[in-house]
Amino acid sequence: MADTIILEIARFHPEGDAEPAFQSYEVPLRSDWMVLDALTYIKDQLDGSLAFRWSCRMGICGSCGMMVNGVPKLTCETLLTNFAPGPVRIAPLEHFPVVKDLVIEMDGFLGKLQKVRPWIVRKDGRLPEREFIQTPAELETFKQYSLCINCMLCYAACPVYGLDPSFTGPAALALAERYNLDSRDQGATERTDVLSQHDGIWDCTVVGECSVVCPKHVDPSLAIQQYKLTATKEWFKTWLLPWGNK
Amino acid sequence: METSSHDILLIGGGGAGLRAAIAIAEADPKIDIAMVSKVYPMRSHTVSAEGGAAGVAGKDDTLDEHCYDTISGSDWLGDQDAIEAFVSEVPGELLRLEHWGCPWSREPDGRIAVRPFGGMRKMRTWFAADKTGFHMLHTLFQTSLKYTSIVRYDETFATRLLVEDGAVRGVVAIELRTGRIRMITAKAIIICTGGCGRVFPFTTNANICTGDGMALAYRAGAPLKDMEMVQYHPTGLPFTGILITEAARAEGGWLLNKDGYRFLQDYDLGKPTPTPVFRSMELGPRDRVSQAIFGEFEKDRGFHGPYGDYVHLDLRHLGEHKIESRLPMVRELCLKYENIDPVRQPIPVRPVQHYMMGGVHTDIHGATPLRGLFSAGESACVSINGSNRLGSNSLGELLVFGARAGKSAAEYVANSGRRDNHARLLAQAAEEERQIEENYLRKTDGKERIAKLREEMQKTMESGCGIYRERASLVASANKLRELQERARHLAMEDHSRTFNTQLTSALELGFMLDVAETIVHCALNREESRGAHQRRDFPKRDDQKYLAHSLVSRSAEGPPRVEYLPVVITRWPPGERIYGREH
Repeated sequence: MADTIILEIARFHPEGDAEPAFQSYEVPLRSDWMVLDALTYIKDQLDGSLAFRWSCRMGICGSCGMMVNGVPKLTCETLLTNFAPGPVRIAPLEHFPVVKDLVIEMDGFLGKLQKVRPWIVRKDGRLPEREFIQTPAELETFKQYSLCINCMLCYAACPVYGLDPSFTGPAALALAERYNLDSRDQGATERTDVLSQHDGIWDCTVVGECSVVCPKHVDPSLAIQQYKLTATKEWFKTWLLPWGNK
Repeated sequence: METSSHDILLIGGGGAGLRAAIAIAEADPKIDIAMVSKVYPMRSHTVSAEGGAAGVAGKDDTLDEHCYDTISGSDWLGDQDAIEAFVSEVPGELLRLEHWGCPWSREPDGRIAVRPFGGMRKMRTWFAADKTGFHMLHTLFQTSLKYTSIVRYDETFATRLLVEDGAVRGVVAIELRTGRIRMITAKAIIICTGGCGRVFPFTTNANICTGDGMALAYRAGAPLKDMEMVQYHPTGLPFTGILITEAARAEGGWLLNKDGYRFLQDYDLGKPTPTPVFRSMELGPRDRVSQAIFGEFEKDRGFHGPYGDYVHLDLRHLGEHKIESRLPMVRELCLKYENIDPVRQPIPVRPVQHYMMGGVHTDIHGATPLRGLFSAGESACVSINGSNRLGSNSLGELLVFGARAGKSAAEYVANSGRRDNHARLLAQAAEEERQIEENYLRKTDGKERIAKLREEMQKTMESGCGIYRERASLVASANKLRELQERARHLAMEDHSRTFNTQLTSALELGFMLDVAETIVHCALNREESRGAHQRRDFPKRDDQKYLAHSLVSRSAEGPPRVEYLPVVITRWPPGERIYGREH
């Protein structure tokens, strides 16, 4: 194995560049390095002007998602040697506006997150004196959807989001389903109003790429399909029993 | 300069900051709250906490027992009034998290499950598999979204506190996306910026843990407390420093040296048993277990690896089912970062910097001596942790003292009638902007690489101020840090743009870390005894006559930081011997 590898990195500084261009850097090819280690090497040793986000370097904070050879990846858990002999192309996550180099703009997602009301809703406002009783089986029904780290890989993989940035998208929808399925929550009806809108669940065409790229094995595609079923039932309920949800 | 104004401003959006924000919003929805965070809140380092959060839950457990464990764990440097408040409030806080949706692991009957933890004599650690911090942070963040009185300044980097007439009035901060420098004023500020693990070369801490809030407070004139008390976690993965949770040992994992021997029995930590025994062997406190591993290295009974010596953490006898249900993240991390499966192979581990017991000096209400300034979480030192924090006390701490700091700030704001002198604050902010421009953004003649200085700082902190310290090593570190402070005035800046300039933030973080590192070294130099995590080769005994007291370190205009002492608060537990693995 060669002892170095070339990284071709998408560079874009909005204050000087009209459009992004790839720049090549040669870095050591070390067997225990992740792609992120190569990026911090470049930043520290070769070019301090390269911009990218990272923090925990253990796959849990969700900061360092990028396109690696065209596939959305968390760079902190993607081995560099997988791409030997190289070169390997690093670009910002697709479908998002680029702030600078590998940094994307993701405020839109935070707005969507708020919109799906990702908190426990208690209609009666009453809370038990102790904990809510929730069996391991009840926990299991929503647990996988609670594992989302908001890394945005699923949005970069979602062709529908690519065409229509107003689409609520996989992570936010999975999170809505996480609360809907939680035995402590009573907010499913409230969330239906948002999720059944045009840019909610019905935009999803079940490509399933979101679930494929998810580094935490969340299955947003399943959440959306489950939710479509629930929403349809709710819709029928309001149609057949006009007083049902009042 | 763009300016904005709020009632209370939080710096940091991790567990403590979010808990404080919610406490304020619930205390009075009319209070206008701002949250300034250099990352999106759900990226904060709380996310990496794994094992759990301690709070008395079972019928066979008592508050006094949690107090005693925490006090003896702290080697009697924790303040007992603070510990009593913490222990009595933490169960309610954990329950509140449950009501907010935190997916706590459950018993078959649907009640909260608890697990054992190091240094604890009862099962009282609530957990969400081994992603407790992740779930707590996301629960807090998502819950915070329903309070419209919280205004977030995401990816906004605070560079300086504004102080006027002896009270804190606001911050200067860089909005990263645009690079715009703005002034945000507030009647009260709460620092919740976490720890400073990145001053050390080998740490579990995230890249963002650079002691920003500690340095901001220190520079503004607030003292830091017990900065010499640096926790090494016994089990980090070599090279990356990624944490393997203590829960791995609580579930029954063993620490083995190169001969396959459970060596902790040689360090006055009890005798090996097939299943875990509270406060014994692998369930000893972190300081003692880390020191024991270091002892094995010195006797050449560890393994030699490319990144230094290590020992084995063996989980194989727990079986795949238990590892998968109780420790899924441990398995995931080992597979990804070490290419080993703990179901079939032992995990290589070595002690790794993990947590700062020290921090911004606060009282039990989260208030600092500087008017209007509060702090909570790892950035603060109340102190409940003294010279050694017990595993699973920090997640509870950030809830209890986050909520307390939030409430005290809300009361402070209700009673503070004075108006700001806007012009004078603006002049201070303009001066800060000028310095950022001159020292970094427009600087073209510097020669020193940021990464080089950072590495030299980290190296001297490990060699001079690691698990074991002594006068000569500490003096060498102090001198080295002075040299680095001087060299840091001549940084080579390649990025002169405004937009998301992470070289600028790295340079500012280096400045914060150098200041914090100096306080650590000088507190360690002044404390001529060994206690908890602070082990002096030249003063191997605890000295309650002189040092049953907190170090308070303040900035001096010239020369090294000034260290003074503040007596520990003792209520019901007079200083005694720390006993693990045997009867009292």
